[in-house]
Amino acid sequence: MSDIVLKTENLTASYDEHIVVKNVNLSIIRNKITAIMGPSGCGKTTLIRCFNRMHELSPKAKVEGKVLLIENSNEIIDVYSVDPMLVRRKIGMVFQKPNPFPTMSIYENVIAGYILNGIKLKKSEADEIVEESLKKVSLWDEVKDRLRKKGTFLSGGQQQRLCIARALAMKPDIILLDEPTSALDPVATAKIEELIEQLKDTVTIVIVTHNVGQAGRISDYVAFMYLGELVEYGPTDVIFTRPSHEKTEEFLTGKIG
Amino acid sequence: MKRYLFRIIKSKIISVILTLIVILSTIPFLLVLYFIIKNGISVINWEFLTSLPKPVGEPGGGILNAIVGTAMLVIMALILSVPFGILVGVYLAERSEGRIAFFSRLVSEILQGVPSIVIGIIAYLWVVKPMGHFSALSGGVALGIMMLPLVIKSTEEILKLIPREIKEASLALGVPYYRTILKVIIPAGLSGILTGILTGVARIAGETAPLLFTAFGNPFLNFDILKPISAMPLLIFTYAVSPYEEWWAKAWGASCILVLFVLSLNIITRLLSRR
Amino acid sequence: MANQFIKKLGLSKDTLFNLILTISAVLLIILGVGFFLSLFNASLVSLKKFGLSFFAKAEWDPVQEEFGALPFIYGTLLTSFIALAISLPFSIAISIVLGEYFQKGFFAEVLRYLTELIAGVPSVVLGFWGLFFLVPIVREVEMKFEIPPYGVGILTASLILAFMILPYSGSIGKDAMRLVPNELKEAAYALGATRWEMIKKVMLPYARSGITAGIILSLGRALGETMAVTMVIGNYHGIPENIFSPGNTIASVIANEFTEATGEVYLSSLMYLGLTLFIITTVVNLIGRFILKKLQH
Repeated sequence: MSDIVLKTENLTASYDEHIVVKNVNLSIIRNKITAIMGPSGCGKTTLIRCFNRMHELSPKAKVEGKVLLIENSNEIIDVYSVDPMLVRRKIGMVFQKPNPFPTMSIYENVIAGYILNGIKLKKSEADEIVEESLKKVSLWDEVKDRLRKKGTFLSGGQQQRLCIARALAMKPDIILLDEPTSALDPVATAKIEELIEQLKDTVTIVIVTHNVGQAGRISDYVAFMYLGELVEYGPTDVIFTRPSHEKTEEFLTGKIG
Repeated sequence: MKRYLFRIIKSKIISVILTLIVILSTIPFLLVLYFIIKNGISVINWEFLTSLPKPVGEPGGGILNAIVGTAMLVIMALILSVPFGILVGVYLAERSEGRIAFFSRLVSEILQGVPSIVIGIIAYLWVVKPMGHFSALSGGVALGIMMLPLVIKSTEEILKLIPREIKEASLALGVPYYRTILKVIIPAGLSGILTGILTGVARIAGETAPLLFTAFGNPFLNFDILKPISAMPLLIFTYAVSPYEEWWAKAWGASCILVLFVLSLNIITRLLSRR
Repeated sequence: MANQFIKKLGLSKDTLFNLILTISAVLLIILGVGFFLSLFNASLVSLKKFGLSFFAKAEWDPVQEEFGALPFIYGTLLTSFIALAISLPFSIAISIVLGEYFQKGFFAEVLRYLTELIAGVPSVVLGFWGLFFLVPIVREVEMKFEIPPYGVGILTASLILAFMILPYSGSIGKDAMRLVPNELKEAAYALGATRWEMIKKVMLPYARSGITAGIILSLGRALGETMAVTMVIGNYHGIPENIFSPGNTIASVIANEFTEATGEVYLSSLMYLGLTLFIITTVVNLIGRFILKKLQH
């Protein structure tokens, strides 16, 4: 099939002895937008938090199975056998609530991944990364005159785009978006959706959403999860027009959710 | 209707009386402040701040030994309590459950309530007794133990207020845990931690009881932490209970400086924490 | 290769950091345990010699090496409870006024500052002020009533203690009053209660345990307060006859005699006093904090 960038093998995740993700086998396609949808509590957020090993942050969490990050045909990283920090630098993440660092300026927020990891950048390099990343999220024109101001002064939608820029600045292979628009108004949401579609040329995108409309509008592939299991996965147009599973159909038509 | 009017009037009268009682309760503070400034301000001049005490009967002299002593004691207390207190505070904020957290929090709470004189006894047993003599260091240890719970508590409380999302944002960028704490979480809580430290300084700068049998006092200028040292509150105590009128005047001057210092620290802290 | 190296380094630094945090927390526990053990160990000589009769004996005689803590325990409890009684009406007034009448605004801020700043005045300065302002006043009152005019004594110490603890009980009480849910207050108004009736029937009962916790914690303060008390209590070793008599508290005896204590039994008896004070204040404080914690849940 097409070019796979991330692959899970029998992935099972639990929290406090309670299984949240059950035996998931999923292959994410490079430079496409994959939406993971399902009713709340179905394990979709936990699933992507297993991709970059954020799930294990809570002491009661457990993960079994494999996650493979395929950089190219001869470099395959077994996510759970290397340092989580390395994984997280290659798989970026954007959260539900915009979370710019409160003590940092807009400029510093964009290159926060470098600053905090202690990676020294030349001034010109840093300037370039900041400008490029902010342009990618179409925030450059809005903030270029106040780069030294605190990131927390921006509006919610702007803050979320800043957080996307922060993830992009690390030049990751994949960006995981965990319901990135759930805390935003419709106008800001539209802007972010438009942005996500532009980004897929540079980076693979996995977006978690419980909004069927959003999944339909922006994704190339859709995975539907229910009660911790991956029920159905395939190209968006196929799943939306001819779902093969009755639960998927019920969810798409709003009967569950 | 008449009955209702009576109830309303009663309610109003009580509110006025209660407010008057509260205003009355601030009078001691205003009296103390007035007394100290009235008696103290005329004593304070350049010589008072920059020279050493002279024997009774000789005019002039100052309290330089006590100013230097208090500064040294506070610095020692800060060195002993701030890094240690922040580390424990981080531990308690990060791992609020568990047995170690429970018992360290208990110790911190107990320490906060221990009378300062008892802390003085401990510093005596731990430092003065093994060394065989009084020393500035033992006073610093006593004041450091007093400050410790304040630093721990303010660190723990402020760090718990920092949203989890901020920590996750840093970890998701591949930043190691220790860097996340040191470069993201602690800077985000810095003003709160600073407030706790300033509150602590305001509290220990005026403490006398734990210094009586540790720092002990010293009429001469001393920079050696292994020797006895003077401190503002110690000097005030010695002079206040002495039979000499000129020493009382010096004690008023020293009280005035100490109170203004402590009160301005308190006010700065409040302004800081209100932001 | 480079990645491998960074990986290993990062991992070990995190482990190290976690270790340092845990060690610090454990060290604090050791400090606490050591605190108690040191005090206990230093009291041992006296503890063995006098046992619990230490608390029942009224003599304190360094020459005969006979030591009993009764007068000081009595003095400590007497001054603290009188101080509590004096400060109680003020503390409740502060709780009501700052917790309900003036919650915001300039006047509220000024009042709050003024009621709390007294806590910032060093104890030794308050004692000094007490010696030169309060003692003469008390002496004059005593002369009017034809009591021996010491000026210093239990009452003078209690008065100073009352000022000193007021900010603690007042500010905790105020916080407790502010925690009363608005719906409850509105329900009382809706039934036609006046403001005072609402405060009396709704707010005070609701905030009662918080106000109590504040009073208990301020009692903990009063029991251990040293300098101001030492300076105005008169340092008399017998059991005070009435509230105008001079006396001593546990803390004031330690402050006065520690540096001049010669002989093992004498010093150890002072340590025993310190241990007693430590245990009393810790129990009182933990009770106060326990009530406050239960309120927060």
